[in-house]
Amino acid sequence: MTQAQITPSTPATAAAMMTLKVKVLRFDPEKDKKAHWETYEVEASAGDRVLDVINHVKWYVDPSLTFRRSCAHGICGSDAMLINGRNRLACKTLLRDVVKKSGDTITVEPIRGLKVEKDLLVDMEPFFDSYKAIMPYFINESPEPAAERIQSPELAERMAHSSNCILCACCTTSCPIFWVNGSYLGPASIVQAHRFIFDSRDEATQQRLNIMNQNTGVWRCRTAYNCTEACPRDIPITQLIEEVKRAVMYQQA
Amino acid sequence: MIRARTFTDARQQSHSNAELNWWIFMRISGLILVFLILGHIYMTFIQVSEADATFDAVVSKLSNPAWKFYDWLILALALMHGANGARYSIEDYVRSRPNRAWVKGIFYTVIALIFAFGTIGLFAI
Repeated sequence: MTQAQITPSTPATAAAMMTLKVKVLRFDPEKDKKAHWETYEVEASAGDRVLDVINHVKWYVDPSLTFRRSCAHGICGSDAMLINGRNRLACKTLLRDVVKKSGDTITVEPIRGLKVEKDLLVDMEPFFDSYKAIMPYFINESPEPAAERIQSPELAERMAHSSNCILCACCTTSCPIFWVNGSYLGPASIVQAHRFIFDSRDEATQQRLNIMNQNTGVWRCRTAYNCTEACPRDIPITQLIEEVKRAVMYQQA
Repeated sequence: MIRARTFTDARQQSHSNAELNWWIFMRISGLILVFLILGHIYMTFIQVSEADATFDAVVSKLSNPAWKFYDWLILALALMHGANGARYSIEDYVRSRPNRAWVKGIFYTVIALIFAFGTIGLFAI
């Protein structure tokens, strides 16, 4: 019996560790006047997420690094960041999608257009103010039926995309109009409005269309398509905004 | 809706279809302008040679009111389409209220002057 056949089974994918440079835009309001880049070397495998790398920096290298994250599974929408120049969720981005080989650099910045409080943590209040402005709750004053309010699968399909939104702010903070002019409601709010406008059970359609018809509403959209590219839930945002524009047109004109 | 506390808030919340109408105008005028200007390019650069395009030739062509109207339509639609597009940019990028007022004031004045001179020039021939 020869021994040549018995080779130790090395899973090629699991063990391949690489060393990465993680460049983070840091800002400490108590010490810094301006944000500055800081680079950390981290060992990771291609199957790790960007969030794992940042967590490693926070837990073992520099505990003062500040950022938001909660569920770490792409549902809560807390950890939107500008990773390698694109808005993404750190918990949904695998390293193999942003780096090619060992020694490569990942850049991580806070999302743009909102005030940076510390490091990667931004003030989300303006974002949620414009979210509240579209009345993001179900309105139906007619008497409740004995059972649930029924909706056909076809009618549910109309709001299937917009109800996927997790309010991570990837879209709104990638919108060039939102960067230069914060009075624009932003794509996320319009997607949320779409979710209620195209809900067959909701009765405040007219009010919401009036909000959309204002100068700060859908007419600010210049169809730059940044939001659609940024959305981690693959919502066709620009298309939904166009649907709302058309709904406003047919209701008002 | 956020309750209006100041006059500016109230004006922002007041209901108007102006933006909707401009949006529709941009789409329709853009479509018309494509054909008007393709025709214009054909007539000025392909149909006639450079040597034939003399002052007298242009005057005689523009003596026909249909061509006058054709040119005037290009002038009016292009100016309005361009002015509205620039207004979008001004409203996006000039955020200070007083600055926006005078930038828009000067811009609209220039547009109005170009329109007036163009119209006078066209119908004085």
